[in-house]
Amino acid sequence: MKITGAQALIRSLEHENVDVMFGLPGGCILPAYDPLLESTIRHVLVRHEQGAGHMAEGYAHVTGRPGVAMVTSGPAATNLVTPLCDAYMDSIPMVAITGQVSTTAIGSDAFQECDTVGITRSVTKHNELVMSADDLPMLIRQAFHIASTGRPGPTLVDVPKDVLQAQMTWHWPSDDDVIASLPGYRPNTKGHPRMIKEAAKLILSAERPVLYVGGGVLKARAAEALRELAETTGIHVVTTLMARGAFPDDHPLCLGMPGMHGNAAAVAAMQRSDLLINLGARFDDRVTGRLDGFAPDAKVIHVDIDPAEQGKVRKPDVPIVGDCRDVIGKLVNAIRHQLDSGATQADTSAWKSRISGWREQFPLTYEHSDPGHALKPQFCLEQLRDSAPEGTILVSGVGQHQMWASQYWNFTEPYSWVNSGGLGTMGFSVPAAIGAKVGRPDRTVWAVDGDGCFQMTAQELVTASVERIPIKVAILNNSYLGMVRQWQEMFYEERYSEVYLSTELPDFVKWSEAMGCVGIRVDSPEEVAPAIDKANSINDRPVVVDFRVDASEKVFPMVPAGATNDDLVLPASQSADVGSLR
Amino acid sequence: MNNTHHILSVLVQNRPGVLARVASLFARRGYNIFSLAVAPAESDAQSRITIVVDVESSPLEQIVKQLFKLVDVVKISELDPTESVERELLLATVRAAPEDRSQVIELTSIFEGKILAVGTTAITVSLDGHPSKLDDFEALLDGYGLVELQRTGRVALSKLDRTAQPRATRKAS
Repeated sequence: MKITGAQALIRSLEHENVDVMFGLPGGCILPAYDPLLESTIRHVLVRHEQGAGHMAEGYAHVTGRPGVAMVTSGPAATNLVTPLCDAYMDSIPMVAITGQVSTTAIGSDAFQECDTVGITRSVTKHNELVMSADDLPMLIRQAFHIASTGRPGPTLVDVPKDVLQAQMTWHWPSDDDVIASLPGYRPNTKGHPRMIKEAAKLILSAERPVLYVGGGVLKARAAEALRELAETTGIHVVTTLMARGAFPDDHPLCLGMPGMHGNAAAVAAMQRSDLLINLGARFDDRVTGRLDGFAPDAKVIHVDIDPAEQGKVRKPDVPIVGDCRDVIGKLVNAIRHQLDSGATQADTSAWKSRISGWREQFPLTYEHSDPGHALKPQFCLEQLRDSAPEGTILVSGVGQHQMWASQYWNFTEPYSWVNSGGLGTMGFSVPAAIGAKVGRPDRTVWAVDGDGCFQMTAQELVTASVERIPIKVAILNNSYLGMVRQWQEMFYEERYSEVYLSTELPDFVKWSEAMGCVGIRVDSPEEVAPAIDKANSINDRPVVVDFRVDASEKVFPMVPAGATNDDLVLPASQSADVGSLR
Repeated sequence: MNNTHHILSVLVQNRPGVLARVASLFARRGYNIFSLAVAPAESDAQSRITIVVDVESSPLEQIVKQLFKLVDVVKISELDPTESVERELLLATVRAAPEDRSQVIELTSIFEGKILAVGTTAITVSLDGHPSKLDDFEALLDGYGLVELQRTGRVALSKLDRTAQPRATRKAS
């Protein structure tokens, strides 16, 4: 039976088990929105296409399934570029469907025409322009296959209007057909046995080992395997910004986040280590600091599904290309096997007591405000954390609030933290939180945002209200672009340039109410807990809490840009003792 | 071609935009292309791109691995100049006043090149062969004054061994 390309597109998405998509219709994609009326797929109508992209990302973060965004051509497609790049940097599976002008008009500078495939080439794992309706099922299958296998990432399918309108005979390619159609795409998921044996040997002989865990562990759904590895070997774990929750923060072996704003013990443990066991991390510059001074005595085992990550930044002694769950499982077996056949693990007790010393001496800390003085953002986060319902998912934007959220939250399970790591996209949190809530409606979703970030994408709260997606937003409002302000204070001699937003404007409570949310303003410490309790009790609409916080508060510890991790700047109360980290 | 240059023979799916994908990857990652030649390969479904890369700025291994991440890239072989056959074509229009004409013609015939066109003050010649031979020829022609020069960039295949099987190629993984 003949159907239209538009029907084939929607049917293909249904066959890929898409339950929800985020989008906004327009000229060229119009034909695809018609069969959507009869589809089982829920469509969330956004207020700006960037929102659709971040919602798809938030959905993918918490479910592990590709998030889907569908928008029209031209400006709609260009509005998707930021979320695509964000998803590319953070390896988030996402499929974008964009409308395109008819094949006959391509290249003529037609209304709302742009070279979507050209523009998005370097921010997608793969993209395709569909030239015939007959190709649609295969190209959609390929897009989902590529987005969700190997190192996940965003894919884009650009569909001209006449392709959507054309007639085609429905067919659904088999798994084998899809694989055969992509001879150049063969992700290697199984670690090399000899390398795994080698790694096990190195792990058992290390006296100062650290498990350096990145987002790849979450992508591979390897949190349980990781826990087994850590507990079998007794090795401490650092979880990067992309891996928060991959290992429980309340576990005795957890050192928290490393890097520029990492916990002092996590940073020092990596610096002094003799073996870094990198599981699905990529030696990001925000983790390593100045590279030539990073973990100078450490040998490196690097497990990554992307061969190009091996040796890209730091040359590994034992490179293992493979899926983290597969490799970690085999690593545990290899270690057990070696122990059973008489090998012994090196004595790590001196190292462990050194780490405990650092943890005791350098906990995360801030100066609490005196009564009647400005509210501290860290205090708000502690209160939020302590009264968060079980299973709460935390989403954040980018900047100071993001670092405090990562530092002060207590992550106890995987997929409970959603943020923009690699690209650092301000405005990520509100739409990503909406996507996360759609993916996990059973969970409470709190977005922690800055006042700068919030103003970039807040209009999606209208989407949340209309679509009944009751997220909660905590704005840590210091009236500044806080992280920029911190750098100008510390590195530009307090010359504050274009960094002050406004204390009066906007009125976040009125704005939130105008968007159908409950708005609450909090100025003093004693108002914090009641406001959070109230927000937690509202589940029929979004809530926005405007916490008016101390603008002078800075994120510590901090490794200044360009410095090595040994030059960690600690809060004033600890800075006298910095020498004991070396 | 100098010692920071390496030859990559890249087999790709013959699809719209594949050259743009390869080129934009090089641009985006800051890799330098010294020369590039592309045409359909033994199967119409695939094309072979011969790229001479300058690896001074980034290690060859990274370039190969990043290239192999492109979905349309099927196979990458790094060709060792001593273990491969290389050819290139050169077209040149050289200044040749009547009194110089016979010298240019003689030079071309020594190199076993061809005279393609003769004008009143210039000659167009062609030469195909090993790129280093073309380098020598080009340098000598330059003495007369090159009006226009076009080289194709090298194409290369690995040498056959004694059993006439293609040499094992390196596949990035």
